[in-house]
Amino acid sequence: MNFTRVVILHGAVFAALFMLQFVVSEYMVLSLTRIMVLAIYAVGYNLLFGYAGLLSLGHAMFFATGLYVAALGTTRAGLPVPAAFAMAIVIGAFVSSAMGAITLRVKGVAFMIVTLMFSQAAYLTVLYFGEYTRGDEGIVIADTIRNFDFLGLPVDLTNATLRFNVALGFLSIAAGLCLLIVRSKLGRVLVAIRENEDRTSMLGYDVARYKLTAFIISGTISATAGAAYALMFGYAGATLASIQYSIHPLLWTLLGGASTVLGPVLGTALMFLLVDAASSFTNANLLMVGVVLILLVLFFPKGILGTLRQRYLPWLP
Amino acid sequence: MSFLPHLLLAILEGTVAAAVLALSALGLSLVFGVMRVVNVAHGEFFMLGAMLAWWTAKMVPGGPLAGFLAALIVAPAAVGILAFLTERLLLRRIEYDPEATIVATIGLMFVIQQLALSVFGADAKPVAAPFTYRIAFPWFGYSGYKLFVVVASLAILAGVWWVLARTRFGLIMRVTQFDRETATAFGIPVNTVYSVVFVAGAALVAVAAVLIVPIQQAHYLMGLDPLLMSFIVVIIGGLGSIKGSVIAALIIGLADGIVSVFFSPTLASIIATLAVALVLVARPQGLFGLTAR
Repeated sequence: MNFTRVVILHGAVFAALFMLQFVVSEYMVLSLTRIMVLAIYAVGYNLLFGYAGLLSLGHAMFFATGLYVAALGTTRAGLPVPAAFAMAIVIGAFVSSAMGAITLRVKGVAFMIVTLMFSQAAYLTVLYFGEYTRGDEGIVIADTIRNFDFLGLPVDLTNATLRFNVALGFLSIAAGLCLLIVRSKLGRVLVAIRENEDRTSMLGYDVARYKLTAFIISGTISATAGAAYALMFGYAGATLASIQYSIHPLLWTLLGGASTVLGPVLGTALMFLLVDAASSFTNANLLMVGVVLILLVLFFPKGILGTLRQRYLPWLP
Repeated sequence: MSFLPHLLLAILEGTVAAAVLALSALGLSLVFGVMRVVNVAHGEFFMLGAMLAWWTAKMVPGGPLAGFLAALIVAPAAVGILAFLTERLLLRRIEYDPEATIVATIGLMFVIQQLALSVFGADAKPVAAPFTYRIAFPWFGYSGYKLFVVVASLAILAGVWWVLARTRFGLIMRVTQFDRETATAFGIPVNTVYSVVFVAGAALVAVAAVLIVPIQQAHYLMGLDPLLMSFIVVIIGGLGSIKGSVIAALIIGLADGIVSVFFSPTLASIIATLAVALVLVARPQGLFGLTAR
């Protein structure tokens, strides 16, 4: 019964997203595409932060890994887009395994600081190899590269409609994966670790292994989002590797509701549209990010869907 | 210039970097040690201190020395008031929850950064040193002010150590750090102690900024580097151990200075971060940290 309700809700949300492309303006389709790609990143982040309770301040390094492997793979190594995308996912998994093995040795506040610093080191590395990454200016992936054949089908990633649906497809895969994990044993153990790590360990669960698994899945999804971002919008710049891009998924997740499957998607959309709407009269979007963060922590720590779940919808995953 | 004078220069630069590092990490270490919270806006307090030093130097007539002395009063006072408000309106309301504090102070960091950008503008602002004596080595001249910064850092570190180890207030702080609940039970006003410590940490980093800004320049984005370096120092030294922080600052500062002189500052930062990784793999609690209680 519960499960049917959950499937219907998520199906309805994605069907509605699909229908939106026929209703809204061309500009809005582009915005929504961007929102959906970034929401994949937020969904990946939420898996670690919301469910396992591990607050990482360094996910930009995974996003950037995907971003730069895809961008350098297509422009420098001459790989076709699907191969570069696959390679970005594999390297993303590899980097997040290594980072997880190191950073999960520390807990709590130290974990947040250590992830933040590694991410900063990754950002500095991007700047250090400016000859290849072109630093803040960034790499532009030419339209001809993003126009390719996949399994005999011609794919044109510069086409707005196609791009929208590819983004939607990936986002629904990510959200579906998240839903599956949350309902599986892995998800339940992660929540148990979040609530009481010592007790979970006492019950005989290999806590370190579960945390590492969550870290790797989360990092790999973030890298996938980064690769999708680079290939779809044809751009990879150092700003996307900076600390701000580690804070963004945290903000989106907190706003929409941590440890809800759809919360990060909602949070990403709201924050993106808020910044977009405000950009016509101010460019102080960091000020807005800061104020929203402070207000959320002070008055609304569970976020939108978290509060909804607490008050009205206890079955929301 | 041959190798040995070059090395001397690198060591001098490293000593200055170590002093700067110890001084900017001190406030963070103090706040974390006593309150168990990490203030991510620490770097922005540093930036505000530097900006205020520039502003005071512009406002106060009578040359760089008068401006410098005025800034030593104005910057810590103003940043201290801001820290007081932060502690009362933000940290106390979320009951010093470690995660919520980090998220809230990240928000504060962005707010301060953006406000500094709108008030002071985006250009870097040089501040003249209070004196311009140059020490003449046979191979190169070296700024006497930089060595003054080293001496001043040592004096401030000694002062903080004296307060912590030898005064009644230091005793109260250590008691609060050791066991908050028992301290409350013995009638120690823990909330007041927290206020004082948070304000003192901010004022210390503002003083550090006033001292350091003649070497660097004031810029609205300058807060991030001292923040990250302070994190590195505090983690390697062991969270909450001031002695550890000072030793870590010395090691990292010297390494940073030497790598910066011979190679590049970016490479130095990358290496410092990797050093943290090695320390963590070997000793998750840091070099001088105690295991979590």
